[in-house]
Amino acid sequence: MPNHYFEEERIAELLRALPPAPEGWVRAAQELPLARMGLDEIVRRAEEDAAFRARLVADLEGALAAEGIEPAPALLDAVRDRLDLDY
Amino acid sequence: MASTLSDAQLVARCRSGDQAAWNELVERFSRYVYAISVQAFRLAQHDAEDVFQEVFARVYQHLGRLRSDEAIRPWIAQLTRRVCIDRLRSGSREAPAVDELPDEGQEDETIAHLDEAMAVREGLDDLGDPCREILDRFFCRDESYRTIGEAMDIPAGTIASRISRCLAKLREALEGKKAGAEPV
Repeated sequence: MPNHYFEEERIAELLRALPPAPEGWVRAAQELPLARMGLDEIVRRAEEDAAFRARLVADLEGALAAEGIEPAPALLDAVRDRLDLDY
Repeated sequence: MASTLSDAQLVARCRSGDQAAWNELVERFSRYVYAISVQAFRLAQHDAEDVFQEVFARVYQHLGRLRSDEAIRPWIAQLTRRVCIDRLRSGSREAPAVDELPDEGQEDETIAHLDEAMAVREGLDDLGDPCREILDRFFCRDESYRTIGEAMDIPAGTIASRISRCLAKLREALEGKKAGAEPV
């Protein structure tokens, strides 16, 4: 490691080298496991089918289980966020 | 806010299906993957976005095959490099001209630089707020004193001195870390 490594100018330069990735990209990557659980499909159906949405609002966990979807906590939170449901 | 989990601990938790750990892993390496694609391979934003999603999809899919959990960073670097090259070979949407492509030596140099930057980033995360936030906003997000002052509810006139103090603190922390890592 060079001697100048810990000079403050060098630290500042290294901090600048890692700007944040766009938020939307990060969110999409974070939702990968949820996408595999069918998050997008659930949201799409809820937007198009009022009865399905009503079942989700009444009993989210039960409604998903009835559809054969494992109601993992992360999936429940994501559905609540995307559909603006109460916690 | 970054957690205190090591890379290996984070990988182990991701493998057990912990969504919060996956969120943290993406957060921790998102800047690195982004920087490699944009700085080492000079990809345009559209291509960099595709690479970004492809890399994390592969990380998620193949996490179980990682031989050593501590090796997650070099593995991600290698994966990103491979996906960038595939992207350029397959004809990116906005690829740089062939004679402008970086050679392998340049890529290695840039990635080595980004590895150093990641070490500093770890030091910054260890430092915690408010120093972490103020240095991130100023150096990484390129925000003005005014924006930082408003966001953090501190007088804009004190930002420069706070940045200076926080940089000194970060330097001390990094020096301490380096001294601790050196053989006695």
